[in-house]
Amino acid sequence: MSAAPAKPPLPYKARDVVLPGDAACQGCPIPIALKVLSAVFGEKMILVVPACCTSVVVGIYPGQSLRASIIHVPFAAAASVASGVANALKMRGISDVQVIAWAGDGGTADIGMAALSGVAERNEDMIYIMYDNEAYMNTGIQRSSSTPKGAWTTTTPVIGKEEHKKDVAKILVAHNVPYVATASVGYPHDLYSKLQRAKSIRGFRYIQIHAPCPPGWRFDPKYTARMAKLAVETGFWILYEYYNGKLLLSGPSRPLLDPSKRKPIEEYLKLQGRYRSITPELVNSIKEYIESNWNWVKRYLQ
Amino acid sequence: MSRKVALTGNHAIAYAVKLARPDIIAAYPITPQSPIVEKLSEMIESGELKAHMIRVESEHSALAACFGAAVAGARVFTATSSQGLLYMHEVVHWASRARIPMVMAVVSRTINTPWNIWPDHSDFVDQRDAGWIMSYAMDNQEAFDLTLQAFKISEDPSVYLPVMVGIEGFILSHTAMPVEIPDEELVSEWLGERAQPYIVDGSEPKGLGGLTLPEDTEDVFYGIQVAMEKSKEVIKRVDREYGKLFGREYGGLISCYMCSDAKYTAVAMGSWTGDLIEAVNMLREEGYSVGVIRIRYYRPFPHEDLWNALRGVKGIFVFDRAISFGSWGPIFADLIAGLAQYTCKLPVVINIVAGIAGVHVAAEDFYSIIKSLINKVESGLEHGYFEWIRVRR
Amino acid sequence: MVKVIIPEDNAKLPISRPVIGVAGKTGLWRTTKPVVNTEKCTRCFQCEIYCPVNVIRVEPETGVIIDYDYCKGCGICEDVCPRNAIVMVPETGE
Repeated sequence: MSAAPAKPPLPYKARDVVLPGDAACQGCPIPIALKVLSAVFGEKMILVVPACCTSVVVGIYPGQSLRASIIHVPFAAAASVASGVANALKMRGISDVQVIAWAGDGGTADIGMAALSGVAERNEDMIYIMYDNEAYMNTGIQRSSSTPKGAWTTTTPVIGKEEHKKDVAKILVAHNVPYVATASVGYPHDLYSKLQRAKSIRGFRYIQIHAPCPPGWRFDPKYTARMAKLAVETGFWILYEYYNGKLLLSGPSRPLLDPSKRKPIEEYLKLQGRYRSITPELVNSIKEYIESNWNWVKRYLQ
Repeated sequence: MSRKVALTGNHAIAYAVKLARPDIIAAYPITPQSPIVEKLSEMIESGELKAHMIRVESEHSALAACFGAAVAGARVFTATSSQGLLYMHEVVHWASRARIPMVMAVVSRTINTPWNIWPDHSDFVDQRDAGWIMSYAMDNQEAFDLTLQAFKISEDPSVYLPVMVGIEGFILSHTAMPVEIPDEELVSEWLGERAQPYIVDGSEPKGLGGLTLPEDTEDVFYGIQVAMEKSKEVIKRVDREYGKLFGREYGGLISCYMCSDAKYTAVAMGSWTGDLIEAVNMLREEGYSVGVIRIRYYRPFPHEDLWNALRGVKGIFVFDRAISFGSWGPIFADLIAGLAQYTCKLPVVINIVAGIAGVHVAAEDFYSIIKSLINKVESGLEHGYFEWIRVRR
Repeated sequence: MVKVIIPEDNAKLPISRPVIGVAGKTGLWRTTKPVVNTEKCTRCFQCEIYCPVNVIRVEPETGVIIDYDYCKGCGICEDVCPRNAIVMVPETGE
């Protein structure tokens, strides 16, 4: 065994912020993503958290499992409250604390959509992160607009969701904000560099983190990272950044412009119990969906 | 230097806000509140007011943005009416239960269905359970004074509750009246720096509002009730201080007009109290022993002050400009329950609901209503009752 | 511009503070437990990066250390290790 470098690839402060012993399920992607956040911002971040898994994961009063600041807010209000906090800090001359709205797909794509569009249109100086576990997981796996087509949820328990996944990142690209990125808990270094870039940009920044959920997607908790990687490797989840009017494919997704380089989507679907009853027609529909997403990327890259 | 200007109710509030020197204003337009926000925008863009305006995309976001800014240490303000107030209702609760000082103006307008922009108190009283201190003005000068005092009361360390100030839409909001604006420096000195019970600004890690078990949660809410009780003293003290510094003192939680020797007392809130007073003047000339008590602070409800003012009367006539469907007027409900805490021998207490959805109730109407109520009591009526009088011309 | 003054009656405020083990000793949750083979380990840090409870530390002197008080036994460390240097074994409760 060779001597290894003394310093970890992610900064040491990633060790001090996300505290052990939280209330998250085994294998939960949320603390993994929070660790990367803390690698960039340390304690100097205020997370504005609406109703979502995170609001419960951090535990019960008088304690919380995060050595940073959290403001718990009404379900639809994460974006607006965060804009209020950001403006107040600016007025007070505080510039070394990052305000981050940290919300699930339910609180972003559905009930929080209006507020999100509002802060994006006003180009509020803040970061909005939607961690996407593709359903209302905190309340027991109900369907959200971000649930992919065909997936079982408790409110689509027999037929599965009939609509394709709402693409919130694209909506933010259409708002033409300074920075939009998609990321994944399967690629922490990619997320880290995206957060670092976001840190250096002023104005509204949006990052959507794909976050596979073991109890919600029905897979063994040990496969969270593998699932996130497979979503990218099959071309289902495309990693990119959008800024300065240009779309930039991220490293892991770049080779997948060539469809032959993508792993077959069945590899991804078969590992998840929520796709157990999926039909061949639905699989084809998903393949078409993947193809149309890549077509959009290709058009943007021209 | 103080100066006297003709101002609409909306602009009176805007000038009070200007003098309070807020840091962040987040508001959304709605009739009849919009001129407040327009005036404040003008003041900000011309440099008169050094605040930042967040032009939010909904009322829910307006109060949410104010909440965030307040938690992070900013003095904030917003204003709304009717549907907008209802839309932000969950944030109304969120703010008071977080014990965060802030001020909001409510320009009263009735509630839909159907579309109706005229005033009654229904939007205002709909917030009564949330834990905000709530005051209501009778004229534009009082609207100005209440708004300014709201900042002082809200940020008092024995209170730490948000405050909402109500005025009627159009009757006050769009009608010009003389308003004296006190000296800006004197006000700033009196108000001082903002104070709040905690701050979330990244200076040290903490969480606000996380999941809390029943006992601890109940403790937090109990604290709100305790603060409401304490606030009565603070409100009275601020009223006296303001009187000494700026020349206008209103009498605390309630205002008494010819009520000290009255056998019959009318109780009301808002600008129609002016018409009520005119009616009482007419009745007094005819020899009736009548007085008026005006509710200035609806929350905390002035149970004790009302009891002290009403204890000897033969009949109490409570005029409500809102209805709790399925029961009766909200002020009546609080008042009669309050009286029962002090005595088992109630006088005749009658509830008249009128003026709903902007129906005009003139001094003549109050005159004939009160006259007939007095006659009923004098003829032997032994108990109170509720009546919704739909005044028509 | 603003000062913090605690409420006069010391009222209870809904403010929480950071604490380790907010949900208790989450190590009690696990049914399998990660064991590190120091021979195979190359200290690549994948396990530390991905551990959702942040209980894995890769240290220059000692290699991989796991805080078993809080390890929930999810098995992600085993799955991401490129050298199969971590293996989940049944938790016997010792």
